[in-house]
Amino acid sequence: MTNCPRVFGRAVAAVAIVAIVLGAPGVDAQNAPSGVPETADAATAAHVLNRLGYGPAPGDIARVQKMSVAAYIEQQLHPDRIQDPALEARLDAYPTITLSTAEIARDYYGPADALRRQAQQAQANRPDRPAAAAGAAGQTMAGGQTMAGGQTMAGDPAMAGAPPQRPQQSPELQAARRKEQQILQDLMQARLVRAVMSERQLEEVLVDFWFNHFNVFSGKGQVRVYLTEYERDVIRPNVLGNFRDMLGAVAESPAMLFYLDNFQSVDPKAAQKQADQQLARMQQAQARARARGRGRGQAVPPNSQQAQQQAQRIQQARNRGLNENYGRELMELHTLGVDAGYTQDDVVAVARAFTGWTIDRPRDGGSFQFNAAMHDNDPKVVLGQTIDAGGKMDGERVLDLLATHPATAKFIATKLVRHFVADEPPAALVERVADVFMNTKGDLREVTRAVITSPEFFSAEARRAKVKTPLEFVVSAVRASGANLNNPQPLVAALRALGMPLYGAQPPTGWGDTAEDWVSTGALLNRLNFALQLSRGQLRGVRLNVRQLAPDTSQSSQDALVQKLLLGNASTTTRETMAKAESPQQLIALALGSPEFQKR
Amino acid sequence: MMNRRIFLKNGSLALVSLGFAPAFFTRAARASQARRKVLVTVFQRGAVDGLNMIVPFGEKAYYQARPSIAIPQPGGPGGAVDLDGFFGLHPRMASLEPFFKRGELAIVHATGSNDPTRSHFDAQDYMESGTPGRKSTRDGWLNRYLHAREHEEASAFRAVSLTQQLPRALQGRSPALAIDQLGRFGLRAGDRGDMMQSSFESQYAAAADELLKPTGKEAFDAVKQLQAIDLTQYAPRNGAVYPNSPYGQALKQIAQLIKADMGLEVAFAETGNWDHHANEGPQIANRLDDFANGIAAFAQDMGDGMADVMVLTMSEFGRTVSENGNRGTDHGHGNAMLALGGSVKGGKVYGAWPGLEREQRYQGRDLAITTDFRDVFSEVLRSHMGAKDISGVFPGYSATKTLGIIGS
Repeated sequence: MTNCPRVFGRAVAAVAIVAIVLGAPGVDAQNAPSGVPETADAATAAHVLNRLGYGPAPGDIARVQKMSVAAYIEQQLHPDRIQDPALEARLDAYPTITLSTAEIARDYYGPADALRRQAQQAQANRPDRPAAAAGAAGQTMAGGQTMAGGQTMAGDPAMAGAPPQRPQQSPELQAARRKEQQILQDLMQARLVRAVMSERQLEEVLVDFWFNHFNVFSGKGQVRVYLTEYERDVIRPNVLGNFRDMLGAVAESPAMLFYLDNFQSVDPKAAQKQADQQLARMQQAQARARARGRGRGQAVPPNSQQAQQQAQRIQQARNRGLNENYGRELMELHTLGVDAGYTQDDVVAVARAFTGWTIDRPRDGGSFQFNAAMHDNDPKVVLGQTIDAGGKMDGERVLDLLATHPATAKFIATKLVRHFVADEPPAALVERVADVFMNTKGDLREVTRAVITSPEFFSAEARRAKVKTPLEFVVSAVRASGANLNNPQPLVAALRALGMPLYGAQPPTGWGDTAEDWVSTGALLNRLNFALQLSRGQLRGVRLNVRQLAPDTSQSSQDALVQKLLLGNASTTTRETMAKAESPQQLIALALGSPEFQKR
Repeated sequence: MMNRRIFLKNGSLALVSLGFAPAFFTRAARASQARRKVLVTVFQRGAVDGLNMIVPFGEKAYYQARPSIAIPQPGGPGGAVDLDGFFGLHPRMASLEPFFKRGELAIVHATGSNDPTRSHFDAQDYMESGTPGRKSTRDGWLNRYLHAREHEEASAFRAVSLTQQLPRALQGRSPALAIDQLGRFGLRAGDRGDMMQSSFESQYAAAADELLKPTGKEAFDAVKQLQAIDLTQYAPRNGAVYPNSPYGQALKQIAQLIKADMGLEVAFAETGNWDHHANEGPQIANRLDDFANGIAAFAQDMGDGMADVMVLTMSEFGRTVSENGNRGTDHGHGNAMLALGGSVKGGKVYGAWPGLEREQRYQGRDLAITTDFRDVFSEVLRSHMGAKDISGVFPGYSATKTLGIIGS
């Protein structure tokens, strides 16, 4: 995982770059107090590696000490300057993560969808039942959501939208299903490979942080089709960029438009007008058909079930209207934060501004589209400001307003400080970070820098103060033990068992980021079982070099393990339990399962 | 910094360390005081067709709207099981008829969420968060109930979901367990499992972290409690036969937990594959057979124990009144819930019946809702579970009426 000579060369290069960067006038950087120590002891290096990344891998602590903490931070803040050919090569194993959504929809979800529709038709037309009219595919939901097996609740594919014909799946459908599952599989495995292997550790941590901030759930309908591009093109390029850019990219992403329903949000007046026109057209067509087909029995009788269903569909479309979900969460979760003083009227006004921000053919993986016919073009008042730009610019103005609002600065600062420093964010630091956000107009590199170079970040209280999330626990265990990650699938499964399935947070709040969110009886036992499985070589594809880690159970092996896995922090009791271990595997399990290893 | 949960846990730890009653004494003492009530919730995921589950055979419009999938009137072949001369059970749910006749099973019809969504995802989410229309609620209504009534004697098995993952309804601040198989709960440490278990136990007993330490104790207490009962030798009583489905086995394990007096108060089980857009007839028949037989077996197995237990079923929304072109039904609105238990005033179908004529339907197509699902949940928490203040369970909502499904 860590190739020492290569790393060394890079480190030198990085130091040179730092010198250049520090020479440039930094925004606010001079005014903010810095807590970055000039020379770092091993514990400080470990702290930095635990917070900027997923914990130290063998050799990392010495490397950071050697290049200095300041240089390491600077390097991590510029992931584009880090070469990582080993990771690049490794990611070749996941070909779908570079595909376009159109390709994913056509080649991966399309075939299974088509076969499911066929199977459904076949079932509807089974000879033991009276013949039925061939109609639309049954799995379509009112809002254009498809229920093609991906609609899983609580991560269990057997629930909810599992297609009813599952027991009689044809071999073709089984093959097609495997193909569609590959998309999410590749995403999950690539995410873990990156977390474990990437030299751009901070970027990986930030991708996780910002994906979670702008959470979408893979189990909701078409979101899964858009997930690959969402992480790759919407979140990842912006995590150290400008907040407004990321906010805008999210607002236009089909994943979010679908997840929070904005793609169906329509100006109610426009919906009525459209439906009335459709209804009139349908009636004219029926009249023409009656005239043409009189006596020949070909016309669709106006009272037929088909005609009634068509009328019903149009009536439903007529009832379509404003959907407030995105408008509300945009303010509550993406920008201002709850209790920031906005009202229900603001929610409605924001929702109106985003009418017409939709998806072109959502069922076929189409892309963002602004549909002027769905848009409410009347002026709106948001947070006391009149929005009267018209068309798509209405939404853009709202994003401008929210992205530069002081409440947003404070909300984002609070969340970042909570993640990187402590569950209870120190108020003074939040304030300084919020100032940087305001002064730099949301430059997330500067905002992040303000957090991770602060005296609070390096303070004694912050050290090992955070309980690891399941993702941090699993990845840090693999990194710390230097395990060889041939196949990340067992880690995907482990995260499910630990209650944190990748891309599996249902609510738009994403996962919680405090100890209380992750410490529970069942989850704790699952952590211990993970430690046991990993140490006993029971995770197929995750190979631990036990002999290298602990050649025997001797005192010196115990000491070495406490250094390697627990960075020297082991309670007397933990050491006593390790002294009783009867095998190196037990020794490793007792270290990885210990309370000390649950913290970062 | 110290939250209520830690305070409670530390409080109970203090009691034990001061030499007060060990767990099994308090358990016995509690049993003699107030008998613990248990709520077993069953979620039918995928939106069961409530009109073919609890059949309004007295409605002409029902038969008009469903020429090929309606359940025939009672008496004929494949006919509904008559409940009250107007409603009947799907014939494959006949195993529940005796409970209705004995007054132990009640139905609430035309109930559900006032939110218009027809998305499974959103509707399930709303039914579990208990806040229709509000997506950012992070915790579930069952967890908020548990939190509102947190008590020092709460066992680690106070709230258990027999699923792989904790459902939304049970997520939140109050501890709740997801256990898909009781036999798999605990450490899987191989040969020297005992040694490893006690090693980890002492590690966590000495943990400096204010949350890890009490949680570790909780975890190992729970493991030991479960180890004390022989899970493999379970024989259901009264000739009860549980379906072999994961759902049936989940109900069986809930019965095991209740009978073992593990301190269970809220249990959760789920059953899927209800989304019958095409060829509904034979499919829903098999699913309802499994659904009803599971509940019947559970009630039979519990026997007199049902006096303190209530099973409550729910599904995210109902289905269209009219069948579609594929002899199935599409996503609708109102649905039916079943409530079974000793405290239930059964033998009755509750809820105002809105009728199925086109003008009586929701948006001209679905069964209208006359009872908000939160009214049913509120009543169950108050009258069955004995909660006095549930204002925090359904924030921003106060029940509009009491149906009276729970009696004394």
